[in-house]
Amino acid sequence: MSPIKSLIDRLGRGVIDFLAEMGGMGLLFFKATLFIFRPPYRFRNLFKQMESIGVGSIPVVLITAVFTGMVLALQSYTGFKRFNAEGLVGTVVALSMTRELGPVLTGLIVAGRAGAAIAAELGTMKVTEQVDALATLAVDPVQYLVTPRFVAGIVMLPVLTIFSDLIGIVGGYAVAVKVLGANAGVYLQRTTQYLELEDLLGGLVKAAVFGGIIAGVSCYKGFQAEGGAEGVGRATTGAVVVSEMLILISNYYVTAFLR
Amino acid sequence: MTDGIRSVVTPHTNGMIELRNVYKSFGNHHVLRGVNLTVAAGEGMVVIGGSGTGKSVILKHIIGLMQPDAGEVIIDGQNLADLSERDLFEFRKRFGMLFQGAALFDSLTVWENVAFGLKEHRFLAKDEMMEIARQKLTKVGLSGIEEKMPADLSGGMKKRVGLARAIAMNPKIILYDEPTTGLDPIMSDVINQLISEMNRDLAVTSVTITHDMKSAYSIANKIAMLYHGEILEVGTPEEIQNSDNPVIQQFIHGRSEGPIQID
Repeated sequence: MSPIKSLIDRLGRGVIDFLAEMGGMGLLFFKATLFIFRPPYRFRNLFKQMESIGVGSIPVVLITAVFTGMVLALQSYTGFKRFNAEGLVGTVVALSMTRELGPVLTGLIVAGRAGAAIAAELGTMKVTEQVDALATLAVDPVQYLVTPRFVAGIVMLPVLTIFSDLIGIVGGYAVAVKVLGANAGVYLQRTTQYLELEDLLGGLVKAAVFGGIIAGVSCYKGFQAEGGAEGVGRATTGAVVVSEMLILISNYYVTAFLR
Repeated sequence: MTDGIRSVVTPHTNGMIELRNVYKSFGNHHVLRGVNLTVAAGEGMVVIGGSGTGKSVILKHIIGLMQPDAGEVIIDGQNLADLSERDLFEFRKRFGMLFQGAALFDSLTVWENVAFGLKEHRFLAKDEMMEIARQKLTKVGLSGIEEKMPADLSGGMKKRVGLARAIAMNPKIILYDEPTTGLDPIMSDVINQLISEMNRDLAVTSVTITHDMKSAYSIANKIAMLYHGEILEVGTPEEIQNSDNPVIQQFIHGRSEGPIQID
């Protein structure tokens, strides 16, 4: 095969694989959503997943948020001082955290932590035939395994984001007031003055979308795992990379849509 | 939809299996090339064949985990391709399957594994489910391990728990995927005896795939040899032993020299 032909061949195969993967994920999202409304409802599985995706992620999310809020205050103070706008640091921290950094950083962290765990667990179940075993016991693996994780992701990401927003703002306040010597009253007033409910809600909608992406993509990648430990490893890496990419891409479009 | 459900509920559940001209490929790899196999109700069929010849693929077609590229899979007169996805799950309640690696759910205890189908499909109290699980475990020669996790069990114990799970719902058809692979000779014999007992006592149809000839002879009413994606010959164990087909002779005697090419 000539080099050009082989290039086109490879390119074509890449496009087909990409479309097949997107199609497969779309179908899984669709099926997982259908099962939300169809009994039996698996509350035990759901609560277990809410705990592992949500509660388990609280420490990392909080640490990330507090330091992000702190550095945000520090950076914007340094910059804004150049045109005597230090007074707006509180506003910038509040808006950045609620609209953007809270949901996105939470999404990226949960993708790395819970997404990897989901893909590894389902991948292991797949290669050890536990997923097939579920089906032979007349239980739909999507209903049993995917839907609880999907719902847990959609519910818990906004909850984590509320924590993240709050603690980020507290971190910013601490640095601005305690380290940089800003006036506490003015800072707080500036934090709340320009902050609107829709900033907060928009961020939470984004977080819910990210939660669905993380759970859906990770379950899909887990189910695609083949061939033992190496396959599970590949599925896990794939789950984290693809969900983080999709979070960043969808972030722009959801923001543009909500604006 | 109603038709599908009605056909599922019809009490026509004697356990007859028919594969008609089944083809299956994975990419360029043509695994099944026109498999024809009939297993009568109550029969113990053993499918033999080399590793990687698609024996597992046959089992996965019988229970509807895979769909044929061409051909038909008919269980108790019902073509699986005519069932909706939901009805297919319902239909699987007449099956029990023992997986090669047992495939126990590692987040559940032994008794929860055995009672999984009961918990999902029957409205039973926990005590009743535990009692049934205990009975089924006793049937496979295990007791006192109800609360253990699968990770704490040996390979032979896992297989037996898997067998208890497979028979928990009183299936009409049991599928065994290489039941003795990876077990020591004594444990293999225990499993073979258990399978023979199940076939006899529970009056089930069974399909076992294996390349362990000792196991095949001890379980089978009939043996079918899968070769190059087709069923080469079907017969009673004696007929297979006395077959004049050189491929079958080479396989059942485990000779490296002969018509079967090793790549």
